[in-house]
Amino acid sequence: MPIISRDQHTDWRKYSPLQSLGRFIGWLGFVVLFVTAWQVMNAETYWDFVLDAPEQGAILFNRMFPPDWAYANRLWGLLWDTVNIATLGTLLGMLIATPLAFLAAHNTTPSRLFIRPLALSIIVASRSINSLIWAMLFVAIFGPGVLAGILAIAMRSIGFIGKLTYEAIEEISTEPVEAVEATGASGLQILDYAIIPQVLPAYAGISVLRWDINIREATVLGLVGAGGIGIELSKSLDTINWSGVSMILLMILGTVVVSEWVSARIRHALI
Amino acid sequence: MINKYDSTAAESGPFKPQMDSMTADQSTRPTVHVRFSAGGTVPGYPTHWRRPHFIQSPIWRWLLYAAALAYLVIGLGSVDINLTRIMEGLPRAWRFVEGFLSPDFMSRGREIWAGILESLTMALTATVVGVLISVPIGLGAARNLAPLPVYMLCRGIIAISRAFQEIVIAILFVAMVGFGAFAGFLTLAFATIGFVAKLLAEDIEASSAEPIEAMRSTGAGWMQMVHFGVFPQVMPRLIGLSWYRLDINFRESAVIGIVGAGGIGSTLNTAINRYEYDSAAAILIVIIALVLAAEYASGYIRRLVQ
Repeated sequence: MPIISRDQHTDWRKYSPLQSLGRFIGWLGFVVLFVTAWQVMNAETYWDFVLDAPEQGAILFNRMFPPDWAYANRLWGLLWDTVNIATLGTLLGMLIATPLAFLAAHNTTPSRLFIRPLALSIIVASRSINSLIWAMLFVAIFGPGVLAGILAIAMRSIGFIGKLTYEAIEEISTEPVEAVEATGASGLQILDYAIIPQVLPAYAGISVLRWDINIREATVLGLVGAGGIGIELSKSLDTINWSGVSMILLMILGTVVVSEWVSARIRHALI
Repeated sequence: MINKYDSTAAESGPFKPQMDSMTADQSTRPTVHVRFSAGGTVPGYPTHWRRPHFIQSPIWRWLLYAAALAYLVIGLGSVDINLTRIMEGLPRAWRFVEGFLSPDFMSRGREIWAGILESLTMALTATVVGVLISVPIGLGAARNLAPLPVYMLCRGIIAISRAFQEIVIAILFVAMVGFGAFAGFLTLAFATIGFVAKLLAEDIEASSAEPIEAMRSTGAGWMQMVHFGVFPQVMPRLIGLSWYRLDINFRESAVIGIVGAGGIGSTLNTAINRYEYDSAAAILIVIIALVLAAEYASGYIRRLVQ
């Protein structure tokens, strides 16, 4: 912390003059970057539409209210599909992510040179691509329906569960591993008795968390044709049936609240 | 939960304030006395160890297994698998894999470049604006800094922002301000508020109370207290969070284009709908590369600020 003495005063400053100059240039560059990005982004924005937004919003709200309550009767089946997409997709994702996590963790991987980078790149690829994009791909390949949704959720879950699980594996305490090793246990026995018991609570927590996220994501997969309540959302939007849209949004909200409560309870019980 | 054997020792260990050290020492030691004879086992002492089950009660365990099995049967039954359609799709899946092996960056190059640029600018501006709005909301949502009415209001804003998927918010914003990047910017900024403000508030609540108290004792006002007592504690985390949100916003910007909110998503949607898998693969590869770059940069930035 630089102390500047002048006449009889002693000032303390957080930064030396050189540091302040560096920070000023950094912030200036950041502001320039932001303004440039703003200009590029809004090159084709019609500001009349934007200024009109509050009015449009009010009209939209009036059309959405009251929700079309009778519409709900047609939605329960699709909501069940949505929950199935999320749950089965999470299970499939766990099935693939588990071995992947052990291949990616540096203390359990069979080969740090070849297999670990490969497993890590699969995890990154899965994480980078949104479940809606996976859904678009699977709908194009296997046709619209619940199957495409399950596969999309599974593909996206692999990266999430895989990443957090391999980090949990890398953080385990080495003492139980050494203790089991000292008894003459084989590699698989060490895995079974020393590593898995340490990782299991974290793994279960991660999977439940991902299930909760997947419920949210599964509600919109239908927008690209991958099953669930999103199909009706897409239909209502196409027919400008805003009171139907608000009914669907309410049901999605209810489902999300319930799933968050369930997942919080399970995770609380696990930890 | 997993190991019941440790729990009694752990419970009896630290809670012995009244005993002198000798008895405390003895009481924490396991009291199993086993004499090992030359080659035999002790009668009555188990020779096999079986580890405890994850779920201890057998009734609950079997009930849970049965429920899981029943759900699997019902759930899988509700998936109507059309085998002929899947067989039809397999060559297309293969074409997509081929597209990934020989991605075509050129034939749609201009659209890809424009889409990526729009996604990046949307993500950057939305993150900056979103974080700027999140900071006061996060301060208001921290129970140790804000009075109850402010706290409730800010928590309410956070809950609304977190309730819906980005794409649902995008639908509403597109209906309000029309197609294009500005709707995407509003969507991402709105979603950023819920994410950053919530995590920031939790971090502020977990921050150490002593610097805040020290600032108060000097007679500092609320702003000074926040500036010198709170911000230095949460700044590294706020920078990390903002960077992570920038990464999320970029990834989200690739999908909100599906409903007309600008970005690379609309280009990707068109490419997939036209079965131009080589162009789609090129877009996905660009997205993955940028996300990877952001991840490496985030590790670097985190080391820089800590």
